[in-house]
Amino acid sequence: MRLLALIAVVLTGGLIIFHTGDLPDFGDPNSPASTHLSPYYLEHGEGDTHAPNIVSAVLADYRGFDTMFETTVVFAAGLACFFLLRRKTEPGDKPRMYRHLPTGVTLRIKSGGTFPEEDSTEFRRMDSHFVPHQIIIKNTCRLVIPFIQVFALYVVAHGHYSPGGGFQGGVLLAAAIILYAISHDLRRSIHRFSEKVAALSGSLGVFIYAGAGALCLLLGANFLNYEALGPLLGVDAVMARSHGILIIEIGVALAVMAVIVWIYYNLSSAGKHDEGL
Amino acid sequence: MTTPIDLMILTLVVISGVGALAVKDLLGAAIVFSAYSFLMCLAWAIMGAVDVAFTEAAVGAGVSTVFCVAAVFHTTRRTKD
Repeated sequence: MRLLALIAVVLTGGLIIFHTGDLPDFGDPNSPASTHLSPYYLEHGEGDTHAPNIVSAVLADYRGFDTMFETTVVFAAGLACFFLLRRKTEPGDKPRMYRHLPTGVTLRIKSGGTFPEEDSTEFRRMDSHFVPHQIIIKNTCRLVIPFIQVFALYVVAHGHYSPGGGFQGGVLLAAAIILYAISHDLRRSIHRFSEKVAALSGSLGVFIYAGAGALCLLLGANFLNYEALGPLLGVDAVMARSHGILIIEIGVALAVMAVIVWIYYNLSSAGKHDEGL
Repeated sequence: MTTPIDLMILTLVVISGVGALAVKDLLGAAIVFSAYSFLMCLAWAIMGAVDVAFTEAAVGAGVSTVFCVAAVFHTTRRTKD
């Protein structure tokens, strides 16, 4: 079986390498893509959308329909992870470790015992594999996380002008929350950004994107033709496209952030949402 | 046009790609795969595709490594083949 797989891989790889010669050279000005499509975008992109970053203009405006379904695919990935991994655990089916904060004594409470309150100030729940108190890691992450989040918001809001956009900004926002979950613990992270919020903001992000498209439809233009939003926003057609790109990028960022955090919660705790990495 | 730095990065991409498959320790494979993503990010940046490089750095080198480590943490660290 492995030999068969090896033959298939070598044949496919050989075929692909054999035919790379037919492709135009990298950066060839006479290739079909560089003679018809790219010049159009480069010449008309900024005039049409008022977005100097042509990549954003193409992704969010000219090819907005593609990006909408990419966002939907990301959301579907989050849902698939949820349905495959998430399981409900009863509160007392596993022994839990608690630390009594005033004395520093660690308690192991067997299943069936009485657990302290969740928000108790005297007892703090610990992961069952011992995690020492890492003061340097915790405080470094506390310092870094706000800057990551501000940078992520900049990447989302500045996506038309510089590299970046909704997807990258959303991933950065999610990375900040995952960093918090790794450096502190998963329960505290879920307390701040719960599963419910993740699910709701994931669907809200997709809804903002599709809703902006549907609003254009209601205002008498094609789906995702942001020109129609002009009278609503009080700007001309070109600026309306620019604002439309911003609106859908906010939707993409929200969806991507929520879905990546949601997948992380389910993966890192094997669907139980009690003890993470 | 291929410059020496292109060749160097592309060679390292191939080495780290093969390395990620060859390493028996799955946690090590996740880290080598992260290095592969980072080298791909450099390659995109050299080609001038800064948006793609940004995405590759954030998703490939950052988040997907965390997902791989989380998956290894809950399954097994040694591969059987």
